[in-house]
Amino acid sequence: MFNRRTLLATASAVVMLGFAPMASAQDDTLDIALISKGFQHQFWQAVNMGAQQAAEELGVNVTFEGPDNESQVDRQIDMLAAALARQPDAIGFAALDSQAATPLLQQAQAAGIPVIAFDSGVDSDIPLGTAATNNLAAAALAADKMAELIGGEGKVALVVHDQTSRTGIERRDGFVNQIEAEYPDIEIVSIQYGGGDHLQSTEITKSILLANPDLKGIFGANEGSAIGVVNGVTELGRDDVVVIGYDSGAAQLDAIRSGTMAGAITQNPVGIGYETVAAAVAAINGEEVPAEIDTGFYYYDASNMDDPEIAAVLYE
Amino acid sequence: MSATTSSSERSLGSLFRSQGAQKLLAFAGLLVLLVGFSVASPNFMQTANMITILQAASINGVLAVSATLIIITGGIDLSVGTGMTFCAVIAGVVLTYLGMPMPVGIVAAIAAGTLSGFLSGVFVAKLKVPPFIATLGMMLILKGLSLVISGTRPIYFNDTPGFTQIATGSIVGTFFPIFPIPNGVVILFLVAGIASFILGRTVLGRYAFALGSNEEALRLSGVNADRWKIAVYSLGGAIMGVAGILIASRLNSAQPALGLGYELDAIAAVVIGGTSLRGGQGTILGTIIGALIMAVLLNGLRILSVAQEWQTVVTGSIIILAVYADMLRRQRAAAAT
Repeated sequence: MFNRRTLLATASAVVMLGFAPMASAQDDTLDIALISKGFQHQFWQAVNMGAQQAAEELGVNVTFEGPDNESQVDRQIDMLAAALARQPDAIGFAALDSQAATPLLQQAQAAGIPVIAFDSGVDSDIPLGTAATNNLAAAALAADKMAELIGGEGKVALVVHDQTSRTGIERRDGFVNQIEAEYPDIEIVSIQYGGGDHLQSTEITKSILLANPDLKGIFGANEGSAIGVVNGVTELGRDDVVVIGYDSGAAQLDAIRSGTMAGAITQNPVGIGYETVAAAVAAINGEEVPAEIDTGFYYYDASNMDDPEIAAVLYE
Repeated sequence: MSATTSSSERSLGSLFRSQGAQKLLAFAGLLVLLVGFSVASPNFMQTANMITILQAASINGVLAVSATLIIITGGIDLSVGTGMTFCAVIAGVVLTYLGMPMPVGIVAAIAAGTLSGFLSGVFVAKLKVPPFIATLGMMLILKGLSLVISGTRPIYFNDTPGFTQIATGSIVGTFFPIFPIPNGVVILFLVAGIASFILGRTVLGRYAFALGSNEEALRLSGVNADRWKIAVYSLGGAIMGVAGILIASRLNSAQPALGLGYELDAIAAVVIGGTSLRGGQGTILGTIIGALIMAVLLNGLRILSVAQEWQTVVTGSIIILAVYADMLRRQRAAAAT
């Protein structure tokens, strides 16, 4: 009895002591907590990289956390609550569900902790500014490129990550609206949702291709969807289909280099992280923060992906 | 554990002794964590943060209570996570789409949970599908149905005034403004108390343990084991419905894509609390402490700004450590009898 209790107690104490120094090391530097929509995904790690870059340059301490997947609204709320309890100097937040987060954001406001929104932002007037990509404009650019590559006519389809998140909705609408407004000879035959999951998006792509043998192009609206589209096209040996993706990642970069994918839209995830932290520091210092911080986007393909300006925002 | 003891009195005594020891062990672990984090950060032991922890533990705690009942019968329920979402969606349909009054939505969510638990129970007890498979199937069915019924959109409860108060309001706070424990936490303790009473004081509880330790003996003694097993699964489902209301109220919305993976957190809380996956033993108090340990651990690591990837590693290590410590205790207890 005594032995087991000591075992557990000792082990816990060891764990505790291990972390104790980390807590005391950050007494006088500014403490900024970033709560993102995801974590392991390469895109979020690129946002984290930009945030850490800014942290180093500006001499502040930045933590970065996000739930395992973009459906875990309650987990994100727990993270935000714990971050608030830490009493940081500023918070960066990318809401999965703005409404669910409102009470905590009000709490932050009451405590005088400035909030900067990033990526898909927050539907609320509490954040001082939002560092994000203009998804509608970015997806419209993808539509223009698609039209150009298929010769302005024929059937196209979309594989989107989901129909509930703001990025999913805006990228879909940005693409669809642009096609409907500018290219009357292009028909959108199918819009399907694969949760950003590689395998699911692959199966969806194959079923779209089998149902529409004369399909000319597919737009994959995020990294996972785009890779799924590439897989589906490859598995069916349909190298005549024009594939346009979104974001980067090693698999997508390879597909563009090898020609399976025509090109992709890249946001500037490093910039999103960097600008969020920079805006947070500005807010702490009482400076004015612009409401919309456009972090930019590019269309890249095999011809320009190695340009320094583009290569800097692509991630493996 | 009591099969080899000579008198029923002794077996009862050893039951109490080992359960008491388990509570002590888990409780000691929880205390160590609380003290350790308090020493490590002044922001940890604050009233607001304690409430944050309790609130973070409440939904997982209710799910874990549901999972404990099933695990005691020697089964497992993988459907509690997506089932919770299903119940939340049902509440959303009834309250927001159909515009019914709040109590109807609450009853509908609990009824939906009970029904899904009942179905799992029928699959397991009557069709003899192994619990792992039956509830794996239910997990996917309920996930799919949540998406279908909700039209894959979150359903908000803005038209139901007071709905968010179910989990986030604080009746306790109106009497004791110093420590405004959210209603969701009170509901967790109520559910735990009721489940504990059922397990310890009713026929259903006695048969649940008997199903887990020796189902064959129960059958041979003339008990309709299938019916009782279905009853336990149904009760677990009803509790899952309560979790569905809590999460819907906390988020002021039913999020149809949420829930996958939550069953594993619930099972983790159960095993940290000393309930054996083999069935036949376990306590609700242990499970509650298990859920609290998980919530304290995550919250504390976050307050200490520990990188997220390491939070996960630490949580995993604690699960193994807790179960290992419990196994050592069991071996010792077995050797002593």
